[in-house]
Amino acid sequence: MVEIKTQYYRQNAAKAIEDTVLQKALSNVQNRLGPATARMYKDLPEGPGLRQKAHEIREASINHLDILLTRLAAKIRDRGGKVYFAKDAAAASAYCLKVARANQVKMAVKGKSMVTEEIGLNPILEDNGIEVNETDLGEYIIQLAGETPSHIIAPAIHKTRKQIAELFTRELGIPYNEDPPILTQAARKALRKKFLEADMGLSGCNLACAQTGHITTVSNEGNIRMSTTMPKIHMAFMGMERVVAKLADHDALFRLLSRGAAAQNMAGYVSYIGGPRTKDQLDGPDQFHLVIIDNGRSQILADPTFREALYCIRCAACLNVCPAYGKIGGHAYGYPYSGPIGAVITPLFVGINRAKDLCCGEPLCGACKQACPVDIDLPRMLLALRAKLADGDPEWGVTRANPGEKFAFQIWSLIIKNRKMYDLALKIGTLFQRLLPQKNGYIPAIPFVLKGWTQSRDIKPLARTSFLTQWKNRENKTNRKNKS
Amino acid sequence: MEKNKPVTLFVQCLVDSLYPEVGTAMVSLFEKMEIPFDIPLAQTCCGQPAFNSGYRKEATVAAKRFIEIFESSHVIVCPSGSCVDMVKHQYPGLFENGSSWQKRALDISGKIFELTEYLVDVLGLEDVGARFEGKVTYHESCHLSRNLGIKDQPRRLIAHVQDCQLIEMEHADKCCGFGGTFAVKFPDISTAILEEKIDHIIQAGVDAVVGCDISCLMNIQGMLSRKNSSIKTLHIAQLLAP
Repeated sequence: MVEIKTQYYRQNAAKAIEDTVLQKALSNVQNRLGPATARMYKDLPEGPGLRQKAHEIREASINHLDILLTRLAAKIRDRGGKVYFAKDAAAASAYCLKVARANQVKMAVKGKSMVTEEIGLNPILEDNGIEVNETDLGEYIIQLAGETPSHIIAPAIHKTRKQIAELFTRELGIPYNEDPPILTQAARKALRKKFLEADMGLSGCNLACAQTGHITTVSNEGNIRMSTTMPKIHMAFMGMERVVAKLADHDALFRLLSRGAAAQNMAGYVSYIGGPRTKDQLDGPDQFHLVIIDNGRSQILADPTFREALYCIRCAACLNVCPAYGKIGGHAYGYPYSGPIGAVITPLFVGINRAKDLCCGEPLCGACKQACPVDIDLPRMLLALRAKLADGDPEWGVTRANPGEKFAFQIWSLIIKNRKMYDLALKIGTLFQRLLPQKNGYIPAIPFVLKGWTQSRDIKPLARTSFLTQWKNRENKTNRKNKS
Repeated sequence: MEKNKPVTLFVQCLVDSLYPEVGTAMVSLFEKMEIPFDIPLAQTCCGQPAFNSGYRKEATVAAKRFIEIFESSHVIVCPSGSCVDMVKHQYPGLFENGSSWQKRALDISGKIFELTEYLVDVLGLEDVGARFEGKVTYHESCHLSRNLGIKDQPRRLIAHVQDCQLIEMEHADKCCGFGGTFAVKFPDISTAILEEKIDHIIQAGVDAVVGCDISCLMNIQGMLSRKNSSIKTLHIAQLLAP
């Protein structure tokens, strides 16, 4: 199982903000991809409206998920592939291990896959004596470093060229060199050996198609194609939501996925895989397994408030524009999924109370919705999660997160309900603030609940006379004048 | 047409309690343009702080009160994009589908306008005869630009201010890190986002930063003051007022 560290969001965020290397990397990736993706949506031949069309495609797919998955599984089984429906992470990993053992697998090569991070596959295989080699360059780097991905698409953005040079010198035994082509060549050479020796290839699935019975993988390095065709066994893992009905739907979604992920028209390699190799094919695996994973998705599917979260195609476009992600990076989220999509789905996966800081710890600016290639309303779902935390929710097993805050808002609702009470509260506020220090007309430090504000900001004191009172006085004066 | 209808002003709670000068500026502007208006004295807050923190029951108390006070108005104008967004887009969802309260909320959502939207889109005013000597930059508040689609209207108004030069900062549309109670509950993250905004404002080399939401401006002003910067923050009503 993957280790859940969502409760350390604040501490890890603070640490990330202090990390100058990370800050530079995050700002580079956001400045490079955020605006470029936005421009590419505008330049779509169908216009930016394709995002709404894609939203409808995903909506229809999720609403007919049972039918689509049955069709997909039947087509793959017809071609001699095996399909396993895993109810949770443990079942998915256990199936993989069973197949690996039955075939005496000693070593596996793996294409980048977030769902295998979610189920914590690598440590389970490694604990059972199976060597797993990540083959995506970024994933390979963080695997060598013993770390976890900090971005859904660019997992090693938190590492510098220098850090990678030191890592490769230590782990691959090459002479120290910071030149990216030389480092890439070293990784390629080391990985080529692994590709040739591997007994098993592991991959994710970007999107499956029910009509044709294929899974599709995309990459820019060709590593997924090698991982899925060279070893004798290919096992693909997919979240159960990653399917659409028709091949025509794939066209729109992959063009949007490539734009959202990397501001590309189309990723370098797109592979359609529908089963093991046939007798007349020279290349391809002898066995093909597809593991379709639920792991909490059924509960999301069953709730109309959050069902939309399942439309996500994991392109990471929302990470590339989120002001909070842009400062705290992926590791702060304490779970494989980071950024705005992580802030919504991680609480749904691991427990809303447990991951409460994720859905409360961003300013709700709405940039994520605008960047999403399938137009998912992430801010709406963040607000819905906050509502569950505010008052508790038996369906999701949520308990009220902050009774003190609830009480404060109850008092607040009494005050705003009555203008006289409101004026009285303002009056008390103006009296209280006399006790506070002032500097050039501003208050530099406020204790208790507002202490967070004055950590880095001054605040203007409450006006001696509120605008409404000023207005009332002015009106009264005019009325008196008019009378006399 | 909303054009000839009298306007009811929703002043917004932060303007009311912390920045009455913004309210005064808006009133002088309406008087100068000879736009008839009234200001209900019972008004308080739209409920956004409670709503964004998840406290929907408490936000509903504010929403019902707002509806009761303002539903008889023909046109409601407010100098804050996020409050208009709250009333327009969030109120209807607070009530049961098909209920009479929801109907009242939907009715009110059709007649509330943000200040610059009202001036430019409804009244067709771009030049209000204002003058400001100096360079300004414009901060695009998130709910204003993304949820209400108001990006051009403030810029057009600023462009017509005499002796005023608008210099676009880098990433004008990026969040300032305010986010309501987020700024207080997650000060480290909020501060980090704000630092970047302040850098862009300073790099623009302006005398003042102008915005349409006092909440964002309060955030920006708070850090400018902490850094002893001479750059002023101005609500657009203050820039446009005579």
